[in-house]
Amino acid sequence: MNSNVVTLSINGKEVSGRDDETILELALENGIQIPRLCYLEGLSIVGACRLCMVEVLGAKGLIAACATRITEGMVVQTDSERLAEYRRSILEMLFAEGFHVCSVCVANGHCELQTQAAHAGIDHIDLPYLYPRRKVDASHRLFGLDANRCILCTRCVRVCSEIEGARTWSVSGRGIEAHIISDFATPWGESTTCTSCGKCVQVCPTGALFMKGASTAELEKRTDFLSWITAMREQR
Amino acid sequence: MLPSQANVPAPPSDDKRWRIVTATMRRHGFGTDALIETLHSVQEAFGYIDDDALRFIARGLRLPPSSVYGVATFYNYFTLKPQGEHTCVVCMGTACYIKGAAHILTALQNRLSVKAGETTADKAISLLTARCMGACGLAPIVVNDGEVAAQTTPEASVTLVEEWMSDAVG
Amino acid sequence: MLSDELKRITGHELEERQPLKHRLHVCMGTGCISAGSDRVKTALETELRVMNLDGTYAVTTGGCRGLCAAGPLVAIDGDTNIAQRVTTENVPELVQRMTDLPDSLRLPTEMPFFRNQKKVVLEYSGNLDPNRIDDYITAGGYTALNHALTEMTPAQTVDEIMRSGLRGRGGAGYPTGLKWQTVAKAHGERKFVICNGDEGDPGAFMDRSVMEDYPFKVLEGVTIAGYAIGAQQGYLYVRAEYPLAVKRLKSAIRQAEKIGLLGSNIGGTPFSFNIDVRLGAGAFVCGEETALIASIEGKRGHPRPRPPYPAARGLWGCPTLINNVETFSSIAPIIRQGADWFAGIGTEKSKGTKVFALSGRVNYTGLIEVPMGTTLREIVFEIGGGIPDGRQFKAIQTGGPSGGCIPAEFLDTPVDYESLAALGSIMGSGGMIVMDDTSCMVDVARYFMEFCKTESCGKCAPCRIGTAQMHDLLTIITAGQATLEDLERLEKLCDMVRSTSLCGLGQSAPNPVISTLRYFRHEYVSHIVDHHCPAGVCSALSQPQEAAE
Repeated sequence: MNSNVVTLSINGKEVSGRDDETILELALENGIQIPRLCYLEGLSIVGACRLCMVEVLGAKGLIAACATRITEGMVVQTDSERLAEYRRSILEMLFAEGFHVCSVCVANGHCELQTQAAHAGIDHIDLPYLYPRRKVDASHRLFGLDANRCILCTRCVRVCSEIEGARTWSVSGRGIEAHIISDFATPWGESTTCTSCGKCVQVCPTGALFMKGASTAELEKRTDFLSWITAMREQR
Repeated sequence: MLPSQANVPAPPSDDKRWRIVTATMRRHGFGTDALIETLHSVQEAFGYIDDDALRFIARGLRLPPSSVYGVATFYNYFTLKPQGEHTCVVCMGTACYIKGAAHILTALQNRLSVKAGETTADKAISLLTARCMGACGLAPIVVNDGEVAAQTTPEASVTLVEEWMSDAVG
Repeated sequence: MLSDELKRITGHELEERQPLKHRLHVCMGTGCISAGSDRVKTALETELRVMNLDGTYAVTTGGCRGLCAAGPLVAIDGDTNIAQRVTTENVPELVQRMTDLPDSLRLPTEMPFFRNQKKVVLEYSGNLDPNRIDDYITAGGYTALNHALTEMTPAQTVDEIMRSGLRGRGGAGYPTGLKWQTVAKAHGERKFVICNGDEGDPGAFMDRSVMEDYPFKVLEGVTIAGYAIGAQQGYLYVRAEYPLAVKRLKSAIRQAEKIGLLGSNIGGTPFSFNIDVRLGAGAFVCGEETALIASIEGKRGHPRPRPPYPAARGLWGCPTLINNVETFSSIAPIIRQGADWFAGIGTEKSKGTKVFALSGRVNYTGLIEVPMGTTLREIVFEIGGGIPDGRQFKAIQTGGPSGGCIPAEFLDTPVDYESLAALGSIMGSGGMIVMDDTSCMVDVARYFMEFCKTESCGKCAPCRIGTAQMHDLLTIITAGQATLEDLERLEKLCDMVRSTSLCGLGQSAPNPVISTLRYFRHEYVSHIVDHHCPAGVCSALSQPQEAAE
């Protein structure tokens, strides 16, 4: 694939990149952080969490930085009062949707949702909690799933399908009822497709997927294996 | 045997309706894009899609179980639970709503002691809602066992299910 | 030669009709069938046989004439002599006084409901048998395809659609010709045409009627599109809730294949094209192009970020053209009568006619087709015959869950894409629901939000959670438990969901709330501050005097 080098501006800074790169990729290369939860380098892009919305001069509306390629002369703004407010609002909604009690969570201190909320300066939730009664699946020998902490980023679905190739996970139902399932919504421990590789647990941004035996604040996750696997596959 | 038939899994039972399901998969060359059409054929032949059917389709189309389940639960038209002997579908489209469909639904819910989407304990009657049947000129409508009752009322709808209820008892 | 074949079929059909004195078209649309028209048809056939008239009188299946409320309808020979509310009991009377119908049976066809319409998509409405390709061909069907294939290049065909000014009838109003041109120019070995027949708006049934009554016209439009953009395969994506439409389309495909109007080397030309039906399965979001494509591929109907647009990467990664049923049904008339003719109808920016499903609190509910630019007042008060029971008009809802409610002060607005958008609504696919003073606008907003909440696919956070939160807020307002801060929260959520959602469903889900807040804010305030529902709908609140009596 041929790609051309294009120049553009992000937050007033002149930057250049290949035109097959996304706004998010180029921003990160240049040390500009954009909030994100569903995006993970090495996995396909779904543009679902909508935290990485940015302003592009002349565009009809806001643009998802993860899913939009850069073009010549683009003028991108990744931070504004309006964007900050929307991001706070989306994060608040994620907290109100599930059941997130950081103080008792295995991922406390290592949770991407928590980190994003801290960056956004959220100290309380203004929206009513929806209090879903979601299941906790502890049937797997090594791992567990607490759906109350799931934010439906679908990183687990993608890593299982795209990297491991097992396709154990999918999303069932739709809308506010949507939730993650393994196989035919069978208990994870009874899954006939799961290889127990644990990749899903590693990429989960919250404490929804966890290693058994980890207690409060113990669960640190590693996602660097993804770039390693991707690089090795490219070499092959 | 043709190559495309080589790996056709055995149906869950010798019920002849499985032939229709297999035929649907075959017509689409057992491709993964046949999933929704195949789910339709099961829904039409059996009235609902049970675990055996999901397993059969997953094997037949070589799809992971999670994909089959994910698709079957995404679309409203598919149901994984058996329906009652009679079905009563209240249209909740805008035109019907403006003309009092909510009152009809409430009356039926009260009379049958079930919520929308549920089946009575004796499995006689399922009360369902539809987002729009596309017969807005006749609003409000209720579809009873496939028969459209046009410009209907809460009273008429309740009378009809009461007939079903007395039939079930008798 | 295709034209010879069409002439031969027409000649044969006319010969068959020669000995007939009268042809009786019994409406077999969903509306009339549910009123018993199938029984009426059988009774008519029996009666004519008993009277020994079955050699000179023919009973045929006809399509919808739009006035569903007066069904079952039986038309004698054409549009001016129609019997209404026919039952099996009054069939003998109908047969006896066929040319001089008694007042009890005669439909006043000179009424504005019929007079003020202009039929392009619904041409020959009611007089064509949707089950017989010969009938369609005799009425001039497939001459457009023949003309395109033999007299026009694909590029000229695209150009003709471009010049006609036709815009997408599915809602957004994107110029059809431009869309065709983009797909025609896209690189790809394989290209696809998809006809979106997953009519999802509650309160809309235009496309159901068009598919049921004009299946061949839909096929002809899709085939011409296939020729114009260089596709080999077309798909009709049809709601499973429309079994009659599915049946007639499938039968139409078989008939077209049989006489070489679909398949290899159509009409002896190098152009080959096939069409298949795919069933929708009850997901409103599948009206969105990328979700629809996912569904045809057998997956969950999740939209994906655009670009790339389907015109570049669509079905199975190939360039794909997606238009809706009504758009495709406008194609044959345009090719047959020319772009200039079509562009001569309507307004400067909105050309042609638009089909609407008129329903709710209006005297004549049904299906209508009017030139773009017709005013809302004309539609509601002339064609629709005004509001029943001496009630007051309050609002007209257009565009379904993505649209808005337009109040009485804007009744003189011409119906076109830009004017409706300026009022905070949209043209949408064509649902028009009339509301009178018995409708509570907060309750209407809650109704639509409940719809969006249950139809949200759940992929993106703003739509998935936002619609649930907004629905909860609207519910507590209708229950009289909200504060003015809740109203502020609701407005903020509307703005955020509209600005950040992934696809059109989420982006437009707040519209019914925003438009009712714009024109009926006092009703929200009344619910919150006075715990009073002015329309008397919200049962937890105090009711107006009249309703309490």
